[in-house]
Amino acid sequence: MSAPGTLAFCGRLLRRQLVLAVRRPIEIGNPLLFFAMVVALFPLGLGPAPDKLADFAPGILWIIALLSNLLTSDGVFRSDFDDGSLEQLLLSPQPLYLSVLSYITAHWLITGLLLALASPLFAVMLNLPTEAIAALFTSLLLGTAVLSLVGAIGAALTVGLKRGGMLISLLILPLYMPVLIFGSAAVKAAATGVPAGPYLAILGAMLCLAVALAPIATAAGLRISVDA
Amino acid sequence: MLVAESLSLERGGRQLFQGLSFSVYPGQLIQVEGANGAGKTSLIRILAGLSRYGYEGKVSRHGAMLYLGHHSAVKALLSPRENLSWHVSGEGQYSSAEIETALARVGLYGYEDVPSHALSAGQHRRVNLARLYLSKSPLWLLDEPYTAIDVKGVGELEALFAEHVGAGGSVLLTSHQRLDIDCPVARLDLNAGIIP
Repeated sequence: MSAPGTLAFCGRLLRRQLVLAVRRPIEIGNPLLFFAMVVALFPLGLGPAPDKLADFAPGILWIIALLSNLLTSDGVFRSDFDDGSLEQLLLSPQPLYLSVLSYITAHWLITGLLLALASPLFAVMLNLPTEAIAALFTSLLLGTAVLSLVGAIGAALTVGLKRGGMLISLLILPLYMPVLIFGSAAVKAAATGVPAGPYLAILGAMLCLAVALAPIATAAGLRISVDA
Repeated sequence: MLVAESLSLERGGRQLFQGLSFSVYPGQLIQVEGANGAGKTSLIRILAGLSRYGYEGKVSRHGAMLYLGHHSAVKALLSPRENLSWHVSGEGQYSSAEIETALARVGLYGYEDVPSHALSAGQHRRVNLARLYLSKSPLWLLDEPYTAIDVKGVGELEALFAEHVGAGGSVLLTSHQRLDIDCPVARLDLNAGIIP
């Protein structure tokens, strides 16, 4: 018997998280349902003016994506903290940075990726110009990954609190802002015929930064939460 | 295997222990004694390295350690087999036959693929304790391992502890029960240190 490789361990962690999510499909469905509901409500609230809707669509879509991410990021470590799995993870000889990254990847796969995949449908519901759909998809793909990474920091810090939801919003909403600004700007640019590339490049740069730094902060947050 | 030097801990304005020093040697079985709230769990968490702040003193550990806490770390949505193979996946690569043997030894034969939410609290605990049968770690830190375990299960655990200690391992556990083991049991008093 030898200690398993780190990659194999992270693969198992990722698989475990996905299996858990698939066995509780409501967790996967919730963010999508939330997205669909809000998108369906906007035309009712704003009035049935297709031009106006198309104008607002990039902002609306991105704000909902951000909020649905905020709603789910609270639970990333919650159940593992409650049942003691997290203690065992901290004690295992595997590097916590990569374990945390696996948690976040799983979270992104079941929230951000699915949202990005479903986004063309929602875009049509809000009358977003078809030229902007590719930019919406790409920006959501990159942006939700950043949101998941940043959200995990807040989740790790508040996992020990019974009601961490409000605090997590206060902690990480400021860090969400740049993603919202550049994400919706990318879609808006594409809708008006301006190249969206530069905005997407900035989102990509944010993703690189977040991948490098957020797991470190998350790992430290988990150690503090388990310690308390 | 483990050396603790002048550990002091204060919680909520109460001094739980002060200047506690002891060593754990290979082949030793130590039962931590103390009333509820005396600080047994806090001590074990410090020894395991889970609590890193808020106490004074120094803990040095040599070699691998297995810590089993109050919580069983069993996911209700996973089967015992999946739970156990996840629990041990950080330490080593085990075949599914080894996992099955370990589950059978804690009396979960036939329950390997039942969703864990259909199992009782004692059975959850047993899934967790099955790790002991797979563990290669010489030092075991166990916080109330007998919780929710029936009389027969306790007997089997005690036999396992004796075997582990006989093979040169060491066990430090908290329990309110009187241990009935075929090997010397040292008692650790939180105020007085180890009483052989």
